[in-house]
Amino acid sequence: MAESQFVYVTYIRTTAEKLWRALTEPEFTRQFWVGTAQECAWKPGASWKLMAPDGRVADAGEVVEIDPPRKLVLTWQNHLFPEITAEGFSRMTYELEAKGGTVKLTVTHTIEKSDSKLIKAVGNGWPHILASLKSLLETGESLEGTNRWPEGL
Amino acid sequence: MGADVDKVFKALAAPERRLLLDRLRADNGQTLGQLCTHLEMTRQAVTRHLRLLEEATLVVTIWRGREKLHYLNPLPIHEIAERWIGKYERGRLRVLAELKTKLEEENNG
Repeated sequence: MAESQFVYVTYIRTTAEKLWRALTEPEFTRQFWVGTAQECAWKPGASWKLMAPDGRVADAGEVVEIDPPRKLVLTWQNHLFPEITAEGFSRMTYELEAKGGTVKLTVTHTIEKSDSKLIKAVGNGWPHILASLKSLLETGESLEGTNRWPEGL
Repeated sequence: MGADVDKVFKALAAPERRLLLDRLRADNGQTLGQLCTHLEMTRQAVTRHLRLLEEATLVVTIWRGREKLHYLNPLPIHEIAERWIGKYERGRLRVLAELKTKLEEENNG
């Protein structure tokens, strides 16, 4: 089957409830996810939008599955770059598993297409954003360069 | 870092395991069988190396039907870089890395 996918795993010293809030609430996401905020009612079938600070929709889709604070599945289409928009919908999943004092966060992003530009683009962005999320939850500070929208994008 | 840093360094300290990571970087999401093709290692050796890579979370696996797929997880390496290289050095190091790539390309060309 033609498919592009990445799977990222990080362990964060926090609780599943705090991590869930950090992944969904604008006051957190703006700090580690390049200034973006999500617009979503957070229930199955609800529309989901990732908003750039200038008001543009960066990515959009809908909630496929939601089970706070354990699992979120979204459909996800890029809206910033026409050639990536043309690839259509991908599927993004967060899975949170609390173990001892840490939470294992697994981020999976898949599209039914080989050599996907979308997967390449989000795949390059996620490691730094997730490292920043970890830093924010563990130390109270996000990483340099992740609290604002990249210049010229 | 939930995965212990010692495990990450230990996992990276063998050329066979770095080769497996290179294979996944080139083509992410492979089965054990796919990873074993064109490698001069026994299936048992590959399995053992993959287990150490998984314990260090440098490789993560997911099941699709009856297939176990292996993925390169760059986050532990990213966290190590962030810990010791940090925010101030990144710009300068990128310039140096680009210079090295450019010079090496010239040498090869």
